[in-house]
Amino acid sequence: MRYLPLSGDDRRDMLAKIGVASVDELFRDVPSAAREARFDLPLHAGEMEVERIMGRLSRQSIPAGEKPFFCGAGAYRHHVPASVDHLIQRSEFLTSYTPYQPEIAQGTLQVLFEFQTQVALLTGMEVANASLYDGSTATAEGVLMAGRVTKRDRVLLSGSLHPHYAETVRTVAELGGTVVTAAVKPGQVEDLASLIDDKTSCVVVQNPDVFGFVRDLRPIAEAAHAKGALLIAVVTEAVSFGLIEAPGAMGADIVAAEGQSLGNGLNFGGPYVGLFATREKFLRQMPGRLAGETLDADGRRGFVLTLSTREQHIRREKATSNICTNSGLCALAFTIHTSLLGEIGLTRLARINHMRATQLAERLTRIPGVELVTPSFFNEFTLKLPRPAVEITHELAAKGIIAGVRASRLYLHEKSVANHLIVAATETNTDEDIAAYGAALQEVL
Amino acid sequence: MLNNQGRPTTPGAASVSSAPPTLSGDRGLNHEEPLLFEVGRAEVTGVDLPDVTLKADRLGGLARKRPIGLVGLSEPETMRHYVRLSQRNASIDAMFYPLGSCTMKHNARLNEKMARLPGFSDAHPLAPQSTVQGALAVLSQTATWLKTLTGMPAVALSPKAGAHGELCGILAIRAAIRARGENRTRILVPESAHGTNPATAALCGFTVEDVRANAEGRVDVEALKAKLGPDVAGVMLTNPNTCGLFERDIIEIADAVHAAGGYFYCDGANFNAIVGRVRPGDLGIDAMHINLHKTFSTPHGGGGPGAGPVVFSERLAKFAPLPLLVQDAKGFRLIEDEEEAKALGYSPFGRMCAFHGQMGMFVRALTYMYSHGRDGLRQVADDAVLNANYILASLKDVMSAPFEGPCMHEALFDDAFLKDSGVTTLDIAKALIDEGYHPMTVYFPLVVHGAMLIEPTETESKETLDRFIAVMRGLARDAKAGDIERFQSAPRLAPRRRLDETAAARKPVLRWRAPDNAAEAAE
Amino acid sequence: MSEVRYTDQHEWIRIADGIGTVGISKYAAEQLGDVVYVELPAPGRKLNSGGEAAVVESVKAASEVYAPAAGEVTENNPALEGEPATVNADPEGAGWFFRLKLSAPGDLTKLMTKDQYTEFLKGL
Repeated sequence: MRYLPLSGDDRRDMLAKIGVASVDELFRDVPSAAREARFDLPLHAGEMEVERIMGRLSRQSIPAGEKPFFCGAGAYRHHVPASVDHLIQRSEFLTSYTPYQPEIAQGTLQVLFEFQTQVALLTGMEVANASLYDGSTATAEGVLMAGRVTKRDRVLLSGSLHPHYAETVRTVAELGGTVVTAAVKPGQVEDLASLIDDKTSCVVVQNPDVFGFVRDLRPIAEAAHAKGALLIAVVTEAVSFGLIEAPGAMGADIVAAEGQSLGNGLNFGGPYVGLFATREKFLRQMPGRLAGETLDADGRRGFVLTLSTREQHIRREKATSNICTNSGLCALAFTIHTSLLGEIGLTRLARINHMRATQLAERLTRIPGVELVTPSFFNEFTLKLPRPAVEITHELAAKGIIAGVRASRLYLHEKSVANHLIVAATETNTDEDIAAYGAALQEVL
Repeated sequence: MLNNQGRPTTPGAASVSSAPPTLSGDRGLNHEEPLLFEVGRAEVTGVDLPDVTLKADRLGGLARKRPIGLVGLSEPETMRHYVRLSQRNASIDAMFYPLGSCTMKHNARLNEKMARLPGFSDAHPLAPQSTVQGALAVLSQTATWLKTLTGMPAVALSPKAGAHGELCGILAIRAAIRARGENRTRILVPESAHGTNPATAALCGFTVEDVRANAEGRVDVEALKAKLGPDVAGVMLTNPNTCGLFERDIIEIADAVHAAGGYFYCDGANFNAIVGRVRPGDLGIDAMHINLHKTFSTPHGGGGPGAGPVVFSERLAKFAPLPLLVQDAKGFRLIEDEEEAKALGYSPFGRMCAFHGQMGMFVRALTYMYSHGRDGLRQVADDAVLNANYILASLKDVMSAPFEGPCMHEALFDDAFLKDSGVTTLDIAKALIDEGYHPMTVYFPLVVHGAMLIEPTETESKETLDRFIAVMRGLARDAKAGDIERFQSAPRLAPRRRLDETAAARKPVLRWRAPDNAAEAAE
Repeated sequence: MSEVRYTDQHEWIRIADGIGTVGISKYAAEQLGDVVYVELPAPGRKLNSGGEAAVVESVKAASEVYAPAAGEVTENNPALEGEPATVNADPEGAGWFFRLKLSAPGDLTKLMTKDQYTEFLKGL
């Protein structure tokens, strides 16, 4: 077996040193009834054979890059520069662990410090942590944190928060409180203010929302703050930070975002990287790891994990969260891609995304019966079609166009959105893609 | 139980500088690297993108009005910055990394290559399911391997890491208890447990009760039984436990918990010690998470991403979270609708996250499992246990092992051998850094004073172990000989010497700030 | 000199004029290591004897501080917020945590005297 260095002689010598006759003796504490299980699984296989098996599976999927592709709704197809994937595969990044020994983990720690700074800048917040699992779990952590800060237990969710995010929040927030979800009104400004009461810990609003609608968070922030509640802003498309006003500038108290768009591929939903930022005054209630700056014994600047008394390994049942690992390598990819882009590159990238979406929306709404539901948008918008979207996406897929995410895939029992289609366009979509989509949709309608 | 045993976190006064000055501040291949924000510039970008002008935006008046404050680097500068940073990290590729409980084993590059196949890496989680059958097949096959290896009938793949898996398992237990119309409020956790266990139970609203260890480093079965009752929802037990020992009374514990109407959660962090040999399903376990980054070698990535699928017994299977994966004549299909799941007899407790879990990790783990096969996986457990026992046998005369062997995949020592030497566990760890090793896990588990937990894994050769053993024996000898200065000033040969963690925590600096802003903030 | 009493959780309380001043013992401060953060009860908060009153943290450890006796918090030590190191420098003096107007001064008789506490530490 190519991954196991011990030879038969090694094993014999080692057993002799230990003073047992066989490895079986080392397993003597296992109850005898369970010691010798049999497994109906194949025997080991060489690289070539395994590549054949996995290659066959891969070919049973159609990669997004092979066809005109317009799915978003929380996961976006962007171009990732080649240097990003090379750098994250460096042994010292890929095969190290949590920086428990800071003297020999300055690489990871400095990257996390840079990541925290980038996230704080992008979100317009004062402090950010070293990442969480993904956007949805970051949102749930934000809701739990708001409960600790306000000592209240009623949560208000916007109706156009990504339904997977809403379900993730409900799964944990309903353990110790109640969750109210506003009615679904695609492309409309919801009246959330009237649903906030003096038991409300937080209001959770996504921007751009799951339909792609770009919303002004300021009135919601004011309404929340007037009742002593926090505003949690959720962002699922990190490229939008390049063009849209930062949540922090619109009054958000906590920002929970999905960072996949920068540096990370689609990967069928994971691993992604959760961005989490807040105001300095809430620092001690923040979940997740933090890298901080300090000096070493020779007075040189260095970085360490800090404020760990919030965490489970010290505080155990009183920790701010049960989280142990973060999403280190995905955070690294995010940081490298964002460093490559810089202010100029991210702004350009965001503008191109917006331009592509605008071009696509204009093309598709020229087709009779197709209605644009979201008056403002970034790189994703929602169309109302004359027939159920499930039929049309199916017909378009048969023509080689992956047309978007139908709202009914996410809102499973909301008949009012049966004809709605959520469509994303990014820098990866070409003029030809847009023309092909327009022509195909015209044909099927 | 809070951890209220601190340790020195400020570098001692006995610091001896070992750095010969250079004009550049760099030393040969050891380069200092400034922060991104000190080398990057606002007007630089390393990505060629056209500068399009938007005639009229459709942002509803919400366009950003002020600069973000990011800086950019050209591609060569990006490469140099991050390559230099990488060179300041220890890694399993470069050195022995026996970090107990974390399972730093070789990360096969085939796994990385397979994860980048476009049918997996370029598949959108919400693409029409007919177009992503290969990705769904990976979910299915990963599930089949995990269920077969654990002897459990069901698995939830979506949890994103070990602690997230614990949450999933405890939520299933909570749902099962509610379905019985009961209200059980207590969860029993051994004091040697990972901190994630009590944190998870508390998050789910349970009261956490510690169960003490016996003199053999295992759960005191009688103490555990005495705490069982009609208000106990379950126990959370790590097996092999955090002392590196197999809980030999595990079946008796499972029976007692079940007899009292509770459920048995097993923290599967140490499954790598028994994979391919022992099926947790044969031990009476109801739920167990599997850290794919430990047992199945997905890379640790500087602290994630992990993946924490949870296997369930028959008693808990129907409470597994959404999505569910089914196969019919048309192929694989995800069930994302609670009502559809209920119609099929399931009662999912909710959803752990958006989408379907850490697909990229499933591909790597599945590649690892196909590579090893049932015979290779058994050899993994055998060699991991053999290597750990070899270390235990080779060091127990000069260090102090608190419990009798044999151990499983990791060897635990305490600091009794350092008594009155003036050298601490932390000093030993730092001295190991100067010797070219990543230290073992220190000060965990909490049940042992000054713990040193050494996990060699199966991917280390006997030669590597022999060299490490010689170094450890030397360090134990020198510590006992009273060479305190050398230990307390270690590390001297790493990119940084001991860091002032006290100062970092007292006045946290958690991000870079532009110098003039920093001046404002200080006013 | 007013009388000091100790709990088995390593808090001390010193009484003067019906007001108790509370802190953690030198032993507890040494066990924790360099203190980096202290969370104190707000004035006006009513505490039960043995109830959670404060939290003290070092870099690698945290500990709860329990009220040695029942009463209402009259003030907390503002110096600890900016200079948590005071807890290490002078744990049984300037490093006090909070003051308490005792509701049942009789509770104190159950606590250890200085000599008893010194004996208690020897047994740990």
